[in-house]
Amino acid sequence: MPNSDASAKDRSTIRTLLRLWPYVRPVRTRLGAAAVVAIIASCTGLVFPLVLKWMVDGPVADRDVAGVWFGALLLLLLGVAEALLFGLRRWLVARPLASVEASMRADLFRHLQRLPVAFHDRWASGQLLSRGTTDLMLLRMFLAFPMTFLLVNSVTIVVGVIILLGQDFTLGLVLLAPVVPMVIACAYYEGRYATAARRAQDQVGDLTTVVEESVLGIRIIKGFGRHRSQARAFRELSHTLRGTELAKARILAAIWAVIVTLPETAIGAALVLGTVRVADGGLSAGTLVAFLSTALALRWPVESIGFLLAMTQESATATERYFEVMDAEPEDGAVAAATAGGPADSGAEDGLRFHGVEFRYPDAPPGAPPVLDRIDLHIRPGETMALVGATGSGKTTLTALVPRLHEVTGGRITLDGEDIAAMDRDRLRTLVAVAFEEPTLFSASVGENVLMGAVDSAGDADLARALDVAQAGFAHALPQGTGTQVGEQGLSLSGGQRQRLALARAVVGRPRFLVLDDPLSALDVHTEALVEAALRRVLADTTALIVAHRPSTVQLADRVALLSGGRVTAVGTHQELLRDNAEYAWLMSGADMPHAAEEAAR
Amino acid sequence: MTSSTSVREKPLDPEEPGLPEEPAAHEDPFDKDDLPTPPGATPALLRSLLSPLRGRVVLAAVLLLLQQAAVQAGPLLVAYAIDSGVPAVRADDHGPLIAVAVGYLLCAASSGALQYAFIVASARVSQDVLLDLRGRIFRHAQALSVDFHERYTSGRLISRSTTDVESLRELLDEGLQELITVLLSFVYISAMLLWLDLGLGAVAVASFVPLYLLVRLYQRRAGALFRERSTAIAAVIVKFAETMNGIRPVRAFRRERANDARFAELNQRHERTNGDAMLEMARYVVGSRLVANIAVAGIVLWGAQRVADGGLALGVLAAAVLYLRRLYDPIDRLGMFLNSYQSAAASLEKIAGLLAQVPAVPEPDPSAARALPAPESEHPGREVRFDGVRFAYRTGGEVLPRFDLTLPAGQTVAVVGSTGAGKSTLAKLLARFYDPTEGRVLLDGVDLRELAGAELRRGVVMVTQEAFLFSGTVAENIAIGRPDATREDVERAAKAIGAHDFIASLPDGYDTDVRKRGGRISAGQRQLVAFARALLADPAVLILDEATSSLDIPGERAVQRAMHTVLRGRTAVVIAHRLSTVEIADRVLVMEHGRIVEDGSPGDLIAGDGSFASLHRAWRDSVVS
Repeated sequence: MPNSDASAKDRSTIRTLLRLWPYVRPVRTRLGAAAVVAIIASCTGLVFPLVLKWMVDGPVADRDVAGVWFGALLLLLLGVAEALLFGLRRWLVARPLASVEASMRADLFRHLQRLPVAFHDRWASGQLLSRGTTDLMLLRMFLAFPMTFLLVNSVTIVVGVIILLGQDFTLGLVLLAPVVPMVIACAYYEGRYATAARRAQDQVGDLTTVVEESVLGIRIIKGFGRHRSQARAFRELSHTLRGTELAKARILAAIWAVIVTLPETAIGAALVLGTVRVADGGLSAGTLVAFLSTALALRWPVESIGFLLAMTQESATATERYFEVMDAEPEDGAVAAATAGGPADSGAEDGLRFHGVEFRYPDAPPGAPPVLDRIDLHIRPGETMALVGATGSGKTTLTALVPRLHEVTGGRITLDGEDIAAMDRDRLRTLVAVAFEEPTLFSASVGENVLMGAVDSAGDADLARALDVAQAGFAHALPQGTGTQVGEQGLSLSGGQRQRLALARAVVGRPRFLVLDDPLSALDVHTEALVEAALRRVLADTTALIVAHRPSTVQLADRVALLSGGRVTAVGTHQELLRDNAEYAWLMSGADMPHAAEEAAR
Repeated sequence: MTSSTSVREKPLDPEEPGLPEEPAAHEDPFDKDDLPTPPGATPALLRSLLSPLRGRVVLAAVLLLLQQAAVQAGPLLVAYAIDSGVPAVRADDHGPLIAVAVGYLLCAASSGALQYAFIVASARVSQDVLLDLRGRIFRHAQALSVDFHERYTSGRLISRSTTDVESLRELLDEGLQELITVLLSFVYISAMLLWLDLGLGAVAVASFVPLYLLVRLYQRRAGALFRERSTAIAAVIVKFAETMNGIRPVRAFRRERANDARFAELNQRHERTNGDAMLEMARYVVGSRLVANIAVAGIVLWGAQRVADGGLALGVLAAAVLYLRRLYDPIDRLGMFLNSYQSAAASLEKIAGLLAQVPAVPEPDPSAARALPAPESEHPGREVRFDGVRFAYRTGGEVLPRFDLTLPAGQTVAVVGSTGAGKSTLAKLLARFYDPTEGRVLLDGVDLRELAGAELRRGVVMVTQEAFLFSGTVAENIAIGRPDATREDVERAAKAIGAHDFIASLPDGYDTDVRKRGGRISAGQRQLVAFARALLADPAVLILDEATSSLDIPGERAVQRAMHTVLRGRTAVVIAHRLSTVEIADRVLVMEHGRIVEDGSPGDLIAGDGSFASLHRAWRDSVVS
């Protein structure tokens, strides 16, 4: 998992943040307008003291009642304008920023769904989740405040400095003296802050992973009474996170200390110098006061730069984490091939063929033997082939190649003569239906879960037929029948029930090709027999590949392929292999089971 | 992902006749992610989090006070320099000027240092609170029953411990400083105004009333919005987690587009509440700014007229007006504080709701906990007795009618029956995943409810068909069975169960990370790891619930051979629909509709004409042909 190794690699914060542009682009007008409004609002605030000064010096001193009323009215208008401008800025950005966050999240989700399965094997979902939640929230905050106010405050500082230099050039230079050391110190600390921020964000992802696993594995934790050691692991991680956060705080505090101390010192120097010059008569007292009040007024914009930059750093890190996932190549890398080949409708029914198929996982260490090697297998149209092999021989991997959950690394697989690598994935997956060993149901009704396997036009009749084949009649007896919610957020069903629904999902679309990975493992003997009887009818005219562990399942097949050490070592009928192939006989009977062996030898 | 949410037992079997109705969807707080929070639980939670850190909170506040004092000293020094420094320099006395220089330098240095100290001190407070809260959520979630987790879902729990904790962090990181600054300036400036002129001061203080009302209004409206937002993001997280954990079927059944649509719906709900919350904040800012600016204009008007009438000194008005501006300056900061407070309050409420869930299967008080009696023989097995046990779900549906059952120490019992007959419930009562509705489950005469967690797991361990692997190495996953086990112990357990060969062939052997390159482990292999884990745990009573369903026949044989040795002298309950298990059983229980309908030695039952005999015949036919 690519975490914790907070990359100290050379990267520019600005270049990273610029990657947000495509998402910001649609709302750029509003964001720009909001920045302008913010600048105007700040300026309005600056006019207040001027009006007050005018009132006190003019109408009040002159006892001019009309003037007083005019001044107060002016203040009121300015006040209302300022309030409305503040509100306007927020109103301008509220919806657009929420939509930026949402569209980035939607894109992340869409992209993740299309990344290769191998990617998901490597990434804990907690790390993905933390990118989709906390990181994106951070980015929304960044667009709402730091980005705007870095601009607004910079403008204010520049304007302020020009005013200062205009009031007195020498004193102005004294105030500017700490700029260089400040920039150096900030650059130093910001770099360290970025590293710490990245580490903290990755640690949050790790923590999320522990939380998720502790829930997914709750039965194991409870079954072994391991909640204490699980809590200890969690505590260690959260302590590490606390340490990182405190280190972050110390860096931030150092930035603040620099940003507070240096300008203050400069103001003090300007004050001393100014006092001497006032005493010399080289400067008027009024100018010194005006100069210093302007300098003090600039304190907040200057101080805020520190934490605004820190937030910017964190946002850059969040952006980096986000695009780390977004940059991963999605599955449709072979789209070009798909359009090039097109649905070559050869019309010839050739069944499912493996031609010298080789497969190694993309992340396998170099030099490791391939998981599947030189697989040649022909499943004739309408034929059912059982795939038998010892635990870990690569059966599940082989089945995953047919719907292209993994891509073959050598050779090819053809459906009715057409290379699947050249087929549009959607079309391929419509042709091939799959039932996995682990029957996952989604948060949806039973009916929806089953009908996922069919075209949109499939209706209740198809549903009923599929449930019937899979002996999943229990679905009708659920509280809301086939409308009952199941999955993460619904009624939890037993392993056997889920397996039957998954089977129903595989057969509901009457697919041309069917791939079943040990589809009956969680069923009891009676149910298994009933499912087999029903399945036999479906299999009669379907080209099917069935991973099987047991003779009863093998019975469904016309022929059997034996997978051993990543190779197909034998193909034949059950009886032939039982007679001629020692490994097969061993797999099917268990050599030490006396009566089984007898019957096997029969 | 090696993990899967999918394989789970169910507390509620819909195949059961007389099925208890689930409460209708709109009545179930779990459906809406809206667990009841007892009144007062949220503030109590916040208090209990902060009170151990009272000293440090005070320290942080004092540091901030001092820092503000150092900052505010600047203008005074300016005044002193102009009023006293200039004349003194003209008189060739550099003393006051040097004092100003030194004073300013001191102020600059100390405000920087105090700022540093404050940030570090408040970060400690906030990080300690978060550490405490994260730990509480995690420990509490772990203490809650399996049944709870099946209903609450992992996505929500993740949401509680990430986004909800995060919003409290925002409150603590920024809120503390905002709140102290705001209160400080309100008090200080109000006092100054009242001192300057009672009338003007009173008007300023009176303007607090509409401000207060605005704050209340905002709190009420934003509170509802933030609660909605917290629920919305939790729904997004649940959908996200579910999709990523089930990525294979998502792909195979082309769910991508349908998921995009569903996710967009949830995401847009979050987007809407997010925007609503920001707009509500905008409304508050406009309202409070308006009140403040109108108050300033009014006070200036009144004050100026009084000056014009000669009733007020000009200097007093000038000072009052300057202070007034500063009085209302922190209004925005108050808004930001309220914002983070509301958001944190909504999150804390959800967390409090989770923490208020009472574990349905609580551990006994340490004082009330009992130990198991010393074993009577050298065999590890213990006697299990179900004493008048009845089990029904909360909703009332009876799963196991009242029954008595004794399993003598050392006996291996196979439990068979069709899906939904209550086999798993029986096992879960024995493993104390559930407590019986009536009656007691006794281990060597001790009620399971009186056994402390560690003692209970030395007594009973359950292996389910769910073979989840945690992040980490294969060895670590096996060692979950006994954390203090040595590598030799781990390997011995793996060898005994026939898992050694495949583990040794992994890239890094036992040290292969199950989530890293080459760590792909098939379902059958995971079950072997789960078995090794159970062997290592070495319990008095071992429960195997469909624990061999994904193994091939030789694998199952190997496990059974191992079981022969391993189970000797141990009490074991084996649930399997592969009746090969019966080979190693001393006794078979056949269950139907929650009742034990047949009970006897395998030989007797096979020879008889009960349902087991026919089951066994069917199975024999299925195994070999």
